[in-house]
Amino acid sequence: MSIRGAAAIVGYHEIPTRRNYPGRSNWSMLAEAANGAIRDAGLRKDQIDGLLCQEGFNSLTVAEYMQLSPKYTQSMTLHGATATGAVSAGAAAIAAGYADYILCVMGGTRDPEAGGQQPGGFRNPQQMSAQPRGGGGPASRGTEWESPYGPVVAANGGYGLIKQRHMYEFGTTQEQFAKCSVDQRFNALLDPNAAFSGQPITIEDVLNSRFTNDPLHLLECVMPCAGAGAWIMTSAERARALPNKPVYVLGAGGPATSHDTIFMERNVTTSPVALSAPVALRMSGYNARDMQFAEFYDCYTILVMMCLEDAGICPKGEIGPFYASTDTTYKGGFPINTNGGQISGGQPVGGGGGGIKQVIEAARQIMGRAGPRQIAKNDLCLVNG
Amino acid sequence: MPDFPTPLVTPDTAPFWKGCQAGQLLLQRCAACGALRYPPRPMCPQCTSKETGWVPASGRGTVYSYTVTHQALHPSLADKVPHLVILVELEEGVRITSNIVDCPPDQVRIGMPVEVVFHQVNPELTLPKFRPAGTA
Ligand SMILES: [Zn+2]
Repeated sequence: MSIRGAAAIVGYHEIPTRRNYPGRSNWSMLAEAANGAIRDAGLRKDQIDGLLCQEGFNSLTVAEYMQLSPKYTQSMTLHGATATGAVSAGAAAIAAGYADYILCVMGGTRDPEAGGQQPGGFRNPQQMSAQPRGGGGPASRGTEWESPYGPVVAANGGYGLIKQRHMYEFGTTQEQFAKCSVDQRFNALLDPNAAFSGQPITIEDVLNSRFTNDPLHLLECVMPCAGAGAWIMTSAERARALPNKPVYVLGAGGPATSHDTIFMERNVTTSPVALSAPVALRMSGYNARDMQFAEFYDCYTILVMMCLEDAGICPKGEIGPFYASTDTTYKGGFPINTNGGQISGGQPVGGGGGGIKQVIEAARQIMGRAGPRQIAKNDLCLVNG
Repeated sequence: MPDFPTPLVTPDTAPFWKGCQAGQLLLQRCAACGALRYPPRPMCPQCTSKETGWVPASGRGTVYSYTVTHQALHPSLADKVPHLVILVELEEGVRITSNIVDCPPDQVRIGMPVEVVFHQVNPELTLPKFRPAGTA
């Protein structure tokens, strides 16, 4: 059964991504984002009957806090794929009739005085641990087979290994990776929600920035930030009665996976997008090359570039030359991460909350509300998390 | 200073860590289909059998990929950066995350032959690490 066009995003709200919001708690960020999205969609809170939240923020707790009684709810535990996974799950839930108006809300603060990165006021005591797999420790932040060889913050180590291997297998160059960062920074310049708004960079700036994990430069990595976002999904029929131009989900695939931590990926230069993108595209009836722009999860340059290959935007191994020869800014031939993504927009912390940047920007561009960054061909976007 | 993260030894993983203490890199071998696996897990992902034995690996392999960590991501690493994290493809076809030692960062290459050495962290824990082959 296809759910092509059955559901749509009908409203959103993004709290600008910043290094921190001193004094703000996670709850206040989530509440502001949620209320903004509900208002933007032209709805009332009591109409919300579905709730999708992020990893580490139990949706049952969020529902209680917001005094919602969703008849369909879950927390997506998908790391960076959490936000996009919520679109996929939300569209299916709408089509199945589990709920009529689903609120997806993600993000958080980084102020430890106001609750740290955890919703209950605890700093995560296991963040640097070597918990056994399945032992309840936070995944991707170190397991007993990785942390003893050098703990990783976020995934710098893993993506350093992937980038090294991509350069080895396909000859991708540092300049080509840097072009990805520079194009995205250009896109962030005019986005007031971006942490690096108004701060241009050059290829040389990227190449001269220090290594976090050689061969990864600092300016190829996300900066952990505070921020939040929310969006509302409903059926195509209900969407037509609401004020905003509906953003229809024409196809969805995944969430897909082949590993948890990067070290366990068998073929490190191929991502699970190779599993999920064909499902989404087949459902939509389009080819990857039909897409007019892309919003792709970008914790690191190597990830966005590898995933674009796996989605079929270019042949495998050719993303380096693709970036070198393509203007991927909002003014260019194939715009990618038109708000600067997370590398230049900042990565809102909290259980995969970063992907809100991609989901919301895709909706914003398709609705035609991107202001000075508005792209002209804005009907077909491929989004990845 | 927080202690360097050390693995919790579980019934599934104890033979591996005991092997390291005895100077042996042990891999699980499925008793039903013979497939080798790492890290230790109770079920064979190839055939789903839970019957398992342990066999010593040669300890030889090649660098599949590597990264040079420049940030001290744990207080105990402050005087140890930059340090090298590598993925090793063992001769037996099994891949393992580790460090390379006795090798300057600019000398590491994908495909270079390496061999296991054992590094005692404390009386309870010995880690398998790798050095360029033939440097003994
Ligand atoms: Zn087996």
